[in-house]
Amino acid sequence: MASSPPRIRRYAPWTPYAFMAPFLLIFLTFVGFPAVMGLWISLHDWDYMLEAKPFVGFDNYLVLFDSSSAAFEMFWNGMRATGIFTVASVPFLVAIPLALAVLLNRRFKGRTFFRAVFFMPYVLGVAVVGLLFRFILDPNIGIVNGLTGWSIPWITAQPWAWISLVAMTVWWTLGFNTVIYIAGLQDIPTELYDAAKVDGASAWQQFRHVTLPGMRMVMIFVVTITVLASANMFGQADLVTNGGPGDSTRTALMVFLDEGLGAFRMGSAAAMSYLLAVVLGLVSIINVLAMRERRRPKWRS
Amino acid sequence: MALLTRTEQHTSAAPSQPGQPPGSLVRSAVFWIFLLVLALVFVGPIVWMFLTSIKTNPEATSIPPTILPDNVTFGAYEDLLHVGGSYPVLRWFLNSLVAATLHMLLVLTVASTAAYALARLEFKLRGLFFVVIISTLFVPGFVFLLPNYIIIDRLGWLDTIWALVVPGAAGAFGVFFLRQFFAMLPGELEEAALIDGANQWQIFTRVVLPNSKPALATLAVLSFLSNWNDFIWPIYVLFSPERLTLPAGLRLLQGAYTTDYPVMMAGAFIASVPVLILFLFTQRYVIEGVSRSGLKG
Repeated sequence: MASSPPRIRRYAPWTPYAFMAPFLLIFLTFVGFPAVMGLWISLHDWDYMLEAKPFVGFDNYLVLFDSSSAAFEMFWNGMRATGIFTVASVPFLVAIPLALAVLLNRRFKGRTFFRAVFFMPYVLGVAVVGLLFRFILDPNIGIVNGLTGWSIPWITAQPWAWISLVAMTVWWTLGFNTVIYIAGLQDIPTELYDAAKVDGASAWQQFRHVTLPGMRMVMIFVVTITVLASANMFGQADLVTNGGPGDSTRTALMVFLDEGLGAFRMGSAAAMSYLLAVVLGLVSIINVLAMRERRRPKWRS
Repeated sequence: MALLTRTEQHTSAAPSQPGQPPGSLVRSAVFWIFLLVLALVFVGPIVWMFLTSIKTNPEATSIPPTILPDNVTFGAYEDLLHVGGSYPVLRWFLNSLVAATLHMLLVLTVASTAAYALARLEFKLRGLFFVVIISTLFVPGFVFLLPNYIIIDRLGWLDTIWALVVPGAAGAFGVFFLRQFFAMLPGELEEAALIDGANQWQIFTRVVLPNSKPALATLAVLSFLSNWNDFIWPIYVLFSPERLTLPAGLRLLQGAYTTDYPVMMAGAFIASVPVLILFLFTQRYVIEGVSRSGLKG
C-alpha cells in the first residue's frame, strides 16, 4: 500500500472504524455472511419450503458425481452447455477486440467517436439485447433471414443456436475488452516501436514482437475475466433460446437457479454453485499458469 | 488540480504509437470503409429496434422486411405507456430509475467513506480489511445469490425496492477504485486543513471528495448502469407486476406478447434510451472506469 498518511495524526483510534462502518455493515450482511451461509446450506437437505433441514454432510456434492441421480444428468448437461459457450465465445472475445484496439490506437480523427460506437452496445442490458436478437434472428420474420433470403433456423436448431448466442454476445460485450486493450497499448513505450522500425520490422513483426509481449499481462487479465463472464452466461439463453433446442443451451447457471430459486431445493443448488465456482477457480489458475510470461520484457521489470 | 489532469490524460487521446496515420490513399480508403461498415454493424441493431417500434405489427413482421416504416405509428408506445394498461411500463421505468439512483448514492457513500479510511487513515485492521475485500473480487457472484435470497426474505425485503438497492452496494470494485484515487492525492492538502483545525470528517468532505470528482463520477455512472441493467437478481426477488424493474418487465413482456414485435421493441427501446443518453454524456468516465479495471489487474 503506497498511501502516504498525514504526518500529523489527529484523530481518535475509532475514527477509521467509523469511516469503515457503513461499508462493513453491508459487506458482512450481503457478502461475508452469505459466503459462509452458502457452504452451510450445501451441507444440508435445505428445502426452502420445509421446516426440517437435516444435515447431510457432503451428500449434495456426492450426488453430483453419481451418474444414476437426476441431479447428475441435469447439472452436467448444464456444465456442458456452459463449457461449449465458453470455449466458443472466448477466442472471439479475446482476438477481435485486440485487432480492433490496434486499429483504434492509430492516430486519426474520430477515433474517440468510433471507440464510443463500439462500446455502446455494452451499456445496454442483457434484457434489451436478448429481446432485440430474439427478433432479429427469428427464423421466419427476422431481418437476418429476411434480407439474405436464407432460411437458417438461428434459434431452433444446433449449431445455429450456439452461433447466434456467441455472435450476439460478441456484438454486445466486445467494446469492453477493446477499451481494456487500448489502455494496455498506451502503456507500451513508443521507443520500442521506434527501435523495431529502425531494425526494419514490418507492421506484423512489430505486432508480434513488441505489441504481443508488451500486452501479456493485459491479455491474461482479459482472458480470465472473459472466461468468467462467459461461464456466467444466463440472460442470452434465457431470453433468446430459452435453453433450447431441447436442453442444449440450458447453462449451468440456469440449472442452478432453477434448482435453487425455482424448485427451492437450496441445499442441492448451493452445492452446484460451489462446485461450479471451484471449477471456474481451477480454470482461471490454469489460464494464468499457461499464459504467464517466461521472460519479462525488460522495460516492465 | 494536477490530479484531475492526470486522469484526464488517460482517457483523452494520449499519443499513440504503432502505425503512422494511414499512408496511401487506397489504404486510407480501405481503412475508413472498414471502420464505417463495422460502425454500422454496431449501431444497426439499435436503430432497427427503434424503427420496428414505430411500425405496425403486420409491417414489422412482413417478408421481405421494409427498412423504413411505411406508416409511422406510436401505437406500441401508447400501448405500453398509458396508465392502467396491462403492462405498467411507466411504473417499471420509475422503479428502475429510483432503484438505480438510490443504489448509486448508497455505493458512493459507503465506498467513499471506506476508501478514505483504507487510503488515508492508519489502523490496525486496515491490511486485513483490504485483503478480505479484494479477495471477494475472485468469488463469482452467483455463489451469493441463494443465501442473499434467504437473507432478503428474513429482512422482509422480497418484492421491495430495498432488495435491489442494498445487497450489491458493498462491491469490492468501488472501494478499490476510489482507494487508488484517494491514495494519490497529495498529503499537503489535508495537512493544510489539519493546521486550520479541520477534523477527519471535514477533510474527507471538504478536501478529498471535492478533489476526486472524476473518480466519483466514474463510479456513479458505472454503478447506475449495472443496477439499471441487472437481470438475474430482479427476476427472482420481485414478483408483483407493478414492482418490477424494466429488465424483469421486458422478460414478462416477451412471455406475453411473443408476437407483437413493435410492442417488445418499444419496451426494449424505453429501457435503452436512458442508458444511451447517460453514455452519450459520460462516455469519458465510463471508458475511463473500464480501462482502469484492466490496468489494476
